[in-house]
Amino acid sequence: MRRVAIVGTGHTKFMFNSPKSGVELLAEASMDAINGSGLKPKDIQAIYCGNVLGDFSEGQGMIQSYLADDIGCFNVPASRFEGACASATMAIRDAYTWVASGFYDIVLVGGTEKATAMGTPLATRTFAMFSDGRYEYPSGITFPAVFAMLAHLYSKRYNIPLEKLKETLALVSVQSHEYGVKNPNAQFQKEITTEQVLRGFMVSSPLQLLDCCPFSDGAAALVVASEDVAKKLTDKPIYITGVGQASSGKLSAQYKYLPRLRAREVSVKQAYDMSGLKPEDIDVCELHDCFSIASLIAAESLGFAEFGKAGELWEKGETRIGGKIPINVSGGLKSKGHPIGATGASQAYEIVRQLRGELVDQGRQVEGAKVGLVDTLGGDGVIVSLILSAD
Amino acid sequence: MEYKLTYQTYNEALKKDKLLGLKCNNCGTITCPPKMTCQECTGTDLEVVELSGKGEIATFTTSFVASLGREGEAPYTIVLVELEEGAWLMGNLIDIDPSKVGMELIGRKVKLGHKVYPGDLYSAGEGVRPLFSFAD
Ligand SMILES: [Zn+2]
Repeated sequence: MRRVAIVGTGHTKFMFNSPKSGVELLAEASMDAINGSGLKPKDIQAIYCGNVLGDFSEGQGMIQSYLADDIGCFNVPASRFEGACASATMAIRDAYTWVASGFYDIVLVGGTEKATAMGTPLATRTFAMFSDGRYEYPSGITFPAVFAMLAHLYSKRYNIPLEKLKETLALVSVQSHEYGVKNPNAQFQKEITTEQVLRGFMVSSPLQLLDCCPFSDGAAALVVASEDVAKKLTDKPIYITGVGQASSGKLSAQYKYLPRLRAREVSVKQAYDMSGLKPEDIDVCELHDCFSIASLIAAESLGFAEFGKAGELWEKGETRIGGKIPINVSGGLKSKGHPIGATGASQAYEIVRQLRGELVDQGRQVEGAKVGLVDTLGGDGVIVSLILSAD
Repeated sequence: MEYKLTYQTYNEALKKDKLLGLKCNNCGTITCPPKMTCQECTGTDLEVVELSGKGEIATFTTSFVASLGREGEAPYTIVLVELEEGAWLMGNLIDIDPSKVGMELIGRKVKLGHKVYPGDLYSAGEGVRPLFSFAD
């Protein structure tokens, strides 16, 4: 297997009610990634992109093919990945595999979503499609309800009084908004307080409005290339040194393992083993904080805290820049936004920029960051992990 | 390989308040809701059995938002119930005020009933949801 690097990146602003279409958004991010790599569309050999709900939000399926045509990558093989919120991370992992194998040298990866066009009731319906539609949707399961049930289970399992847990969870959202203010691509550019989180509208108990990420529109893209090509294109290639992916069944089928998600533990172990790295080697992490509780659950499975103890990371400021493991200093899904088909590419974009040292001007550079981890969760059943390294 | 206990068969039984599951003749695990293979050992020597419909609440949430077409249902309480036979099953909790329930629900003993979900444009027909109520 050859070494594979990310050579260029693109990212639109994440927002509510974008005036642009899903293809337009991804075309913008893609051209920035291609131009930033010193390439032309004709150099792209294949396109892998995440898009989850274009069928519902724009009446547009097969977005990958229209994107290829739109940006002048005529007739290249283009594939759409659907793994709910992890779609674009799946696309990156597959791009990695195809380039590492030697089949392609240069692949464009990315993702796009235009979720806010659906309005909240249809968006809620479609997001619930990433729970079991036969055995669990009839009970009215929603995306927040899944993590709400995990929050209660977390409180019970680890013997943390719910009131105390909710205060800790509020800190997760507060930190995300603090960094989101510094990220020009972020959907929310406003600080919030613990009191505001705890006063918010109850969405699905115990999760209140500011425990939840928003519906979002936006796109992100990356160019992935073999090491020899990458070295000719850039003096700052960011290598994909570990990848992992795992799946799991409906929430009830994960029964006694909950609130831990076994798929995440399987996936990240693949990535750690492949890279030869350990949790303590990670300098910066973007993890899947679709809900405040999801951050704690993820941080534990990724090896940054003991089970039941991740709250202390946020309480002690260890997740901030300068802390033991800076987490979601982009604003995360909570503040940066969560256009689901684009999220994994956005997370990888953030880590690439951190490892290239490009975020000094935004006041959120993790100084000397050499290794970063991307963690993306789709529905209750897909996890993808990526370890990126500056050399 | 033919599916031993399909969604349709399971639902028809649930409509009569009969909860069906699959008993693994290899490891003894009860898989419910049904699947092609045993949840634990992946065995396929499975036998359809009727479960007690009794269990205790493992976790819950009250949802104050609802999907398109189901807005009138909110607020409603969703529970994951650990059945006596070991499997977990998702359903709704009734005979409570959904907006007032809290952590005291966890561990409460419940028994099974049902309600038909008529379905929507995306659901390929109706579904049947377990409705749990306190048994203690
Ligand atoms: Zn078995």
